[in-house]
Amino acid sequence: MADLTKKGIGGFLARQGILVAFVLFMVGFALANQRFIAIDNIFGVIRSSAILGVMALGVTFVVIGGNLDLSVGSMMSFSTIVVLDLHDTLGPTLAIPAMFGLTLALGAFIGFLVGYLKLNSLIVTLGMLSAIHGLTLTWSGGQNMDIADKEGTWFGLFGRGDILGVPMPIVIFGTLALVLSLVLSKTPFGRKVYAVGGNGQAATFSGIPRARVVFFTYLISAFCVATAGLLQASRSLGSQNTVGQGYELEVLAMVILGGASLLGGSGTILKTVIGVLIFGFIENGLLLIGLEFYVQDVVIWAVIILAVWLDIAAKRGRLWSPIA
Amino acid sequence: MTDQPPVLRLEGVVKTFPGVRALDGVSFDLRPGEVHALMGENGAGKSTLMKVLGGIYDPNEGQICVAEEQVEITSPMQAKARGVVFIHQELSLADELTVAENIWLGELPLKSFGRVDWGKLYADTDAILKTLNVSFDARTRVGDLSIANQQMVEIARALTVDPRAVIFDEPTASLTDAEKVVLFKVIADLQSRGVGIIYISHRMEEIFKITDRISVLRDGQYRGTLNTAETDEEAVTQLMIGRKLDLSRNESHHEMGDVALEVRGLSCGHLFNDVSFTVHRGEVVGFYGLVGAGRTEIAETIFGLRDPSEGQILLGGEEVRIHSPIEAIARGISLVPEDRKGQGLVLGMNCRDNMTLPQVDDLTAGPFVSDGAEISIFDQYRDKLDIRTPGWRQTVGNLSGGNQQKIVIGKWLSMRPEVLIVDEPTRGIDVGSKSEIHNLIRDLAAQGYAVIVISSEMPEVLHVSDRIVAMFSGRVMRTFTSDEVTEDSLIQAISGLQGDKVA
Repeated sequence: MADLTKKGIGGFLARQGILVAFVLFMVGFALANQRFIAIDNIFGVIRSSAILGVMALGVTFVVIGGNLDLSVGSMMSFSTIVVLDLHDTLGPTLAIPAMFGLTLALGAFIGFLVGYLKLNSLIVTLGMLSAIHGLTLTWSGGQNMDIADKEGTWFGLFGRGDILGVPMPIVIFGTLALVLSLVLSKTPFGRKVYAVGGNGQAATFSGIPRARVVFFTYLISAFCVATAGLLQASRSLGSQNTVGQGYELEVLAMVILGGASLLGGSGTILKTVIGVLIFGFIENGLLLIGLEFYVQDVVIWAVIILAVWLDIAAKRGRLWSPIA
Repeated sequence: MTDQPPVLRLEGVVKTFPGVRALDGVSFDLRPGEVHALMGENGAGKSTLMKVLGGIYDPNEGQICVAEEQVEITSPMQAKARGVVFIHQELSLADELTVAENIWLGELPLKSFGRVDWGKLYADTDAILKTLNVSFDARTRVGDLSIANQQMVEIARALTVDPRAVIFDEPTASLTDAEKVVLFKVIADLQSRGVGIIYISHRMEEIFKITDRISVLRDGQYRGTLNTAETDEEAVTQLMIGRKLDLSRNESHHEMGDVALEVRGLSCGHLFNDVSFTVHRGEVVGFYGLVGAGRTEIAETIFGLRDPSEGQILLGGEEVRIHSPIEAIARGISLVPEDRKGQGLVLGMNCRDNMTLPQVDDLTAGPFVSDGAEISIFDQYRDKLDIRTPGWRQTVGNLSGGNQQKIVIGKWLSMRPEVLIVDEPTRGIDVGSKSEIHNLIRDLAAQGYAVIVISSEMPEVLHVSDRIVAMFSGRVMRTFTSDEVTEDSLIQAISGLQGDKVA
């Protein structure tokens, strides 16, 4: 308890437990393989983290508001497939807004169920995970989706282009992170998200429309998912139906790794970005030290759990809690 | 009694936190069979002292002796094993389990193969409950009990060991007068068995009724111990806050304005029935009654949290229908709720953000919340209400109860409401802050606010109200002016005794 307020280096380390763990991993990887800290490798990691990162930004809103969103993975597959399909029928200029519209409609539906009907978000979004997957398969007829004329379209701009040498996915991730960080930390809406997640009843007693706030957190999440789908589709110009499978848990891990509480009411966009980077660099580091592909998932999750443990241990000053 | 060695003795206990000496050389002793009050304002160090005794904090200096043996207490279990048990203000019971399971949680009696010995469990529990003289048995589900009875379960839990010292922390905070009588009997019983009792409370009447000695803390320092029989409220208060305190009936009368709020024949299911009253600008109307008389429910209905089944609400002479707190706030109604932590505050948020929460939409510069506007509101009400906090960034959960309540009051005052409803304004708050809040309520009325105060404490109601509405079982029994009210007539009215029923 007293450790939280400790001053000096020890106190700083205790507050930044997750960053400390991160730095330790980085140093370890860098010692094992010099390439890990090469500039182009670092850019590469951030670029490949951008898609999951964009989704994590949206889920941060949902989690701070006191709910979960497990539907983002299959919703991202949906966005990707839809935009690729519409690209060939409507052309890219109409396909992109149409895809955003459809994805936002899904988000609005979830927001309605969780916010206004007050259904449990775990059940709703778990159900939507499957339902949206079915929707995607129905749309595509079970086929992979490919753009017919890959050379003749400007659609690859978002996933493959760059601005002044900075890859577009990084630009989009960075811009979105900045904008959403301002929304969350500086606007009345952001404040209400924290209030609703921190103590919903007190929020109601303060005249905050709880249902509407929750509704909008899911809308923001859906917007981020649509952006991620656009990045994915634009990068590969073709996709399987299951491209986002399993992303929901990785995204949630990033958000929690960054330090948001699953109980709601705490977390920031900056912390989530840190969580995203930790995740990306660990994955990359394991690849570079030559770990076998199939073992990687096991190690990644072991490392994440270890990092979260170290974080909590540093905060309470002990490795385990003496009181159950 | 005085010759026996103390059951518990503290000597020069010091506990420091960064920048604060929370306890600064506290010494006192607890004799067997005495009730020893521990008093002090919020933040005086009572809770810290209790946490040291309970093994949650490690003292930096000083020693603790249980039965003249120097001990080091490092966990709540250890404290209990040494016979030092706590009855906490906030109950920590599992609603879905039975009384017996709650009492023996973690130490259920076992038979072979780890099976629970239900027979012994229920028999042991009923034996303890019998000494407490309660109306429920071991098999009752705790969630079905009233708050008072749940407190009895907490007490029963303390009796599973042979206690040397029992520490009661604000035990009467949510009890009715009748329930208090039962609690005091239990305390007297423990006393007669030679148990030492530390009794923490802000309620003077109780302190003088049941304690033998009173020890006072101020700013972490021990200020002395008084024999209850040889002292009076004034002396204790002076020791606690270093000045005198005023606890008389309200006698100030100022100009009253128009009717701000009128309620006609309001009903809500079986919660309350045919309730009518008016509140003028510049007037404080007190609602007094037992817990469950329907007072809070009336407030919640006016605030849009419940829909009335019948009746009308008129604001400034115009009938309104209010379906949500948003609408209530827009019409200038504010509610300081009864449950500070559950309904009043987002505990993980900082002081400023809590205070400005209802009006955050109006405090913007462009699309963003204006830091400056928020801080100036916070500073204004921090000074006005004398809120003690290191700064607006402080998390509200870390403040004392009195300061938390002031944040909630500040939150609603800064909305400049037409009608301010305050539900149990000083529950769990120390004497000093209490009188500050009372003065504040009177000031607000003088400034022309229409104020409703709901309280279960008679001195409070008498002290702040211009008129008092006495309620019993969902009905208004009688309305008194502050000139005509007497304690007896008030008690009769809220007990449902008929007599001279004049509406």
